[in-house]
Amino acid sequence: MKRAIIIDDEPLARTVAHEYLMQHTDIELVAQCGDGFEGVKAIQQLKPDIIFLDIQMPKISGFEMLELIEDKPAIIFTTAFDEYAIKAFEANAIDYLLKPYSQDRFNSALDKWRSGASKPEERVEKLLNTTQLYAEETNRIVIKNGSDIRIVPTQDIHYIEAYDDYVKIFTKETYYLKKKTMNYYESVLNSNDFFRTHRSFIVNLKELTRIEPMEKNSYVAVLRSGKKVPVSRTSYSQLKEKLGI
Amino acid sequence: MHWFVLYKLGIICKLAIIDATISNAILAAIGILTVLIFKFYQPGKANRVYRAVYVIGVVFVFQFLLVHILKLLFEGDTLYLQFIERSMPIRAVVALLVISFITITHWMISYLNEKELTEKNQTEIEAMMREAELVKLRQQIQPHFLFNSLNSINALVISQPLEARKMVQQLSEFLRGTLKKDEQKLIPLKDELAHLNLYLEIEKVRFGHRLKVETKNCENCLESGIPPLLLQPVVENAIKFGLYDTTGDVVITIETKLNDHLLTVEITNPFDQETQRSKTGNNFGLESIQRRLYLLFARKDLLKTRTENSNFITTISIPQLK
Repeated sequence: MKRAIIIDDEPLARTVAHEYLMQHTDIELVAQCGDGFEGVKAIQQLKPDIIFLDIQMPKISGFEMLELIEDKPAIIFTTAFDEYAIKAFEANAIDYLLKPYSQDRFNSALDKWRSGASKPEERVEKLLNTTQLYAEETNRIVIKNGSDIRIVPTQDIHYIEAYDDYVKIFTKETYYLKKKTMNYYESVLNSNDFFRTHRSFIVNLKELTRIEPMEKNSYVAVLRSGKKVPVSRTSYSQLKEKLGI
Repeated sequence: MHWFVLYKLGIICKLAIIDATISNAILAAIGILTVLIFKFYQPGKANRVYRAVYVIGVVFVFQFLLVHILKLLFEGDTLYLQFIERSMPIRAVVALLVISFITITHWMISYLNEKELTEKNQTEIEAMMREAELVKLRQQIQPHFLFNSLNSINALVISQPLEARKMVQQLSEFLRGTLKKDEQKLIPLKDELAHLNLYLEIEKVRFGHRLKVETKNCENCLESGIPPLLLQPVVENAIKFGLYDTTGDVVITIETKLNDHLLTVEITNPFDQETQRSKTGNNFGLESIQRRLYLLFARKDLLKTRTENSNFITTISIPQLK
């Protein structure tokens, strides 16, 4: 018996998915969740094989919720109308259901999953590193610290540093680890506020106090906190231009 | 004027009456011809040289015709022919003045006409663009709302058929209300609130118990004028903001007041101060309302937002023209 979870903030939308799922006797519905927080908890506790996931939900979106889960189950996205998300699905060949969807359409999505022909996990990883998932630019980052979920406004970020497959996001008090790429953050963060000074560093320009030369042709950016961040030679001229000096 | 001058010449010599008739006839013919030519061929503003050349050319033609016709008529009258010879420069100057006057007057009239026409076209185009923009701003029904509502109906069809039917009717009535509205005209607030209510009923079905709406309307507000379909996007924004920013129950309040020929509608929704610090309602819904109010009333101060504790408050003011 396979286990499934439905995550959607609209009760009637969950009803439809539940009803369609009842036709499939090999799948058991183990939980229904009304938001992403409940979703994270239920997935960790119940370890489902497949989830039906809405995108626009309270507090954290379906995508933000996925970022918080390490061992991702199979995912069937459901959405009414999210232009950017749909484009991203298409680009990554990910199956999704457009509301209102029919039983047939629902069945074929499950058949595709059962056949196991596609290994969707990789594609979902890629999707989450896609820059255009939302119409608006990112103004917050969702982070999980143990069982605690935190939403960090981007203006609280001091700088971001590359760390193997992860990035370290530094705020005033602490840092958070996030499995994302530097390129991803470079493109989603507001380019008026953030600047990539180096292959491995993105700096919040509001935190920048001065730029100091280091030995021959290299520079460091000094942040308000006193932290020194390297500035590459190419970035240095761009940064000077940006700051108008 | 011309006749008068020639009449004065006529005192010197009676023959001048014939002379005057002929020269004026030629001048009149040339004048009419000039008007006709410039009617069909309008040299651009820059082409002043062309006009000058034309005027001088025409004067030469006039002189040529006049001399030859008069010489033919008064053959033998040596004295008069001498007079003609002597008066030629004066005739030329007069002809030059008259033709210049005709050309310039004609040019000025047509220039003014043209200017008036372009100005009229310009205002017409501007009015059309404004109207088109208003229509566009108004018709932004969120596809998200529409498809989710259809999905809710899809769920109700099996479990609660009567509810499904009711929702189909509400959704239809709501959509119909968004279709045929005259953009420029204000409608009574009570009609706008009725339309808003249809929308809220649908949203309540979608979000179930989570959404609560409280309305406080002052009695004498209900007949006040308001642009159609103005409140729904603001309330939609408040619902989205409220529902997607918190996980508990959401209370949206709508309060109307009428003070000193100004109708104000205040819409309040809760939000999370922790996570939404940077957001001050910088979303498309409110931007387009701001733009609509500006196009209708030429004022930028009619939409205001503020935060109070953990509430986000949007205030819309509508001047009452009475």
